[in-house]
Amino acid sequence: MSVYQSNNLNEKESSRTLSLIVDNEPGTLARVIGLFSGRGYNIESLTVTEVDDRRHLSRISLVTRGTSMTIEQIKSHLLRLVPVHLVRDLTLEGPFIECELALIKLVAKGANRVEALRIADTFRAKTLDVTLSSFVFELTGRPHKIDAFIGLMQSLGDTEISRTGVSAISRGSETETKILEQIKVN
Amino acid sequence: MKNNLEMNGAEAVIKALEENGVEIIFGYPGGAVLPLYDALFKNKKIKHILVRHEQAAVHAAEGYARSTGKVGCVLVTSGPGATNAITGLTDALMDSVPLICLTGQVPTHLIGTDAFQEADTTGISRPCTKHNYLVKNVDLLCNIVHEAFSIASSGRPGPVLIDLPKDIQLSNVTYTNKIIKTNKVKKNKNLIDLATISSVAKVLVNAKKPIIYGGGGVINAGPEASTLLTELVDLLNAPVTLTLMGLGSVSNENKNFLGMLGMHGTYEANLAMHNCDVMLNVGARFDDRVTGRLNAFSPFSKKIHIDIDKSSINKIISVDYGLVGDAKDILYALVQEIKKEKKKKNNTSISDWWFDINEWRNKKSLNFEQKGRIIKPQQAIKLLYEKTKKIDTYITTEVGQHQMWAAQYFGFSKPNHWMTSGGLGTMGYGLPSSVGVQIAHPNSLVIDISGEASFLMNMQELSTIVQYNLPVKIFILNNQWMGMVRQWQELNHGSRYSESYTESLPDFVLLAKSFGIKGLLVSEISELDNAIDEMISTKGPVIADIRVEKEENCFPMIPSGAAHNEMILSSSDSNTNVSQDGIALV
Ligand SMILES: Cc1ncc(C[n+]2csc(CCOP(=O)(O)OP(=O)(O)O)c2C)c(N)n1
Ligand SMILES: [Mg+2]
Repeated sequence: MSVYQSNNLNEKESSRTLSLIVDNEPGTLARVIGLFSGRGYNIESLTVTEVDDRRHLSRISLVTRGTSMTIEQIKSHLLRLVPVHLVRDLTLEGPFIECELALIKLVAKGANRVEALRIADTFRAKTLDVTLSSFVFELTGRPHKIDAFIGLMQSLGDTEISRTGVSAISRGSETETKILEQIKVN
Repeated sequence: MKNNLEMNGAEAVIKALEENGVEIIFGYPGGAVLPLYDALFKNKKIKHILVRHEQAAVHAAEGYARSTGKVGCVLVTSGPGATNAITGLTDALMDSVPLICLTGQVPTHLIGTDAFQEADTTGISRPCTKHNYLVKNVDLLCNIVHEAFSIASSGRPGPVLIDLPKDIQLSNVTYTNKIIKTNKVKKNKNLIDLATISSVAKVLVNAKKPIIYGGGGVINAGPEASTLLTELVDLLNAPVTLTLMGLGSVSNENKNFLGMLGMHGTYEANLAMHNCDVMLNVGARFDDRVTGRLNAFSPFSKKIHIDIDKSSINKIISVDYGLVGDAKDILYALVQEIKKEKKKKNNTSISDWWFDINEWRNKKSLNFEQKGRIIKPQQAIKLLYEKTKKIDTYITTEVGQHQMWAAQYFGFSKPNHWMTSGGLGTMGYGLPSSVGVQIAHPNSLVIDISGEASFLMNMQELSTIVQYNLPVKIFILNNQWMGMVRQWQELNHGSRYSESYTESLPDFVLLAKSFGIKGLLVSEISELDNAIDEMISTKGPVIADIRVEKEENCFPMIPSGAAHNEMILSSSDSNTNVSQDGIALV
């Protein structure tokens, strides 16, 4: 929106998950992030890794917030970037899967250790590292499940958290293969 | 014998420029581009214009591009050369001007070491270019240059920068020709949306109070788009107004033309925007200089927006119909559709609407009184226009009151004859831009309408003008103030004129003399006529120092934070109080 008026549509902001196919080359991520910071949009989560090594394409999964007008702007601006080939709005398109991986270190003693293992079991977290005074758990799942697990761990002792951010994909049999095939292999 | 496709990187770059139609390159040398300059030295086809500051190289290339429709080309060195070019690149991005900017870079093995004249050029220029490259592999070099031209000129045009490390310039490479297919140029997936065009045609034909509002996109779409826009205006007999960037796309002499709209637009243009029932925006972007206060912007209208950039649609103003595509293609389809629609039924009568518009026209919002001996700046522009009307004249401007007076009182009958810094508002744009325009049009009259403060920002280009014997006319409306700043201080800050007086000005006639060109001092209205004649008939460059009324304000005006229908016509207008919200706006 312009400086002259704040967004006066009564619509509330909501969270949206976007999925982008971009060239894996220097500067692409800087362009995407620069667009968000330069235009005052939020990034709640962003993950990126190469997914097509012949065409050197990466997927960026990105969670942002805004009204539908803002989201439309974000998508149009993203598509203007030269190395961005595809911008999908998974939230708008239909059912999709969101998943995140978290590593959680807990330092705890006595009964709290037993409780931690019991909770980890309930959440189907894996135990990756154990010492007499600590654990490292690995947990995957929807962000709010991870939030809940972390909340519980924090009440049992000192924690250290590392999360990957959301990776997302649409449900069903549809793929992007046709679109990606139009991108020439260099 | 050496195959004639074997060469070094620098030679390949120059050859690629040639293949992409470059005839002129504006630049300034330095250590990191010496191989490129060496290659230019040996090249017979590309002419290099040596500017006196890298910012000026970019503005000159902008003037060249905007007056010809071609891609402008710039060559500067690493570090300070590149950073000096940044203002120009930002200007080109804001005004959608297609440019290629080649920058030198330290050798690849020194990148990241804070080497002498190293700057993170791609990092710094990322937000002010349409795209940029750092070439680290010489095998990709030719393709990158070819691709850069396609990116700069396709879709919404813009500047593309290529950073060239010195070792890449010196590496051997086999030249490769341009191939058309590249992943980087977005195919225009926006096939013309005929269904929407047909609805839009109906809406326009049935409008009781239509207005057509055209912008720089029409100019960028080429002269045919301007012809089509004019045809559309005639077909509908609709009033038409243009943005600062769109001037010339419909002739100022067209009977339906209401003048420029926006902050310093005419009363009739802004009131027509406010009261219309259907608004057709062609290639403009609802810029804040145009809309005024958004929540009061054209409250009664259905809005249609044609733009090549999808992100422009619904960015500022929600519209009822958005058409993404080249203005020329869409206007063509729309004109056909309207002709069909008109065969079915006659246009709705819009004579009542014209009656209202003529009432607003009768306010004569651009009136001024030339009394006494002191020259009114408006009169100076008006006379300049009358005296150059019959000549093929290109106008460039700086930024300030003189720019607005030029837009208001000079008439533009053709596209590509008006070069001004609209989006960024860059003082110092006009003089170097006039260099580029004059290089492209050696036999035309090129005038930089300037303010004394703006002139000082890039006046080193006088030296370029003299070197290439460019007969540019510099028409300075000298009010001894940063007039536009002074005006805002008068209106918004209780006439506290903080630092807006232009102190210690040079004697412009002596300055001209020191460069060996003609200088004219014009202090009184009685001298104006002859002085303009003399300026026009002089073969070489001229600086005309026109001493104008010092405290003249630029009207009409939509004060900051006000709406179109709240515009003021003079300082004595009762509405001049600006709201607190308004004062916070730029
Ligand atoms: C590079 C730059 N710096 C500052 C400004 C802010 N500014 C806008 S108009 C203006 C005054 C221009 O004075 P002058 O060139 O004499 O033109 P006038 O308004 O007097 O016609 C200034 C300082 C600007 N537009 N560009
Ligand atoms: Mg001035």
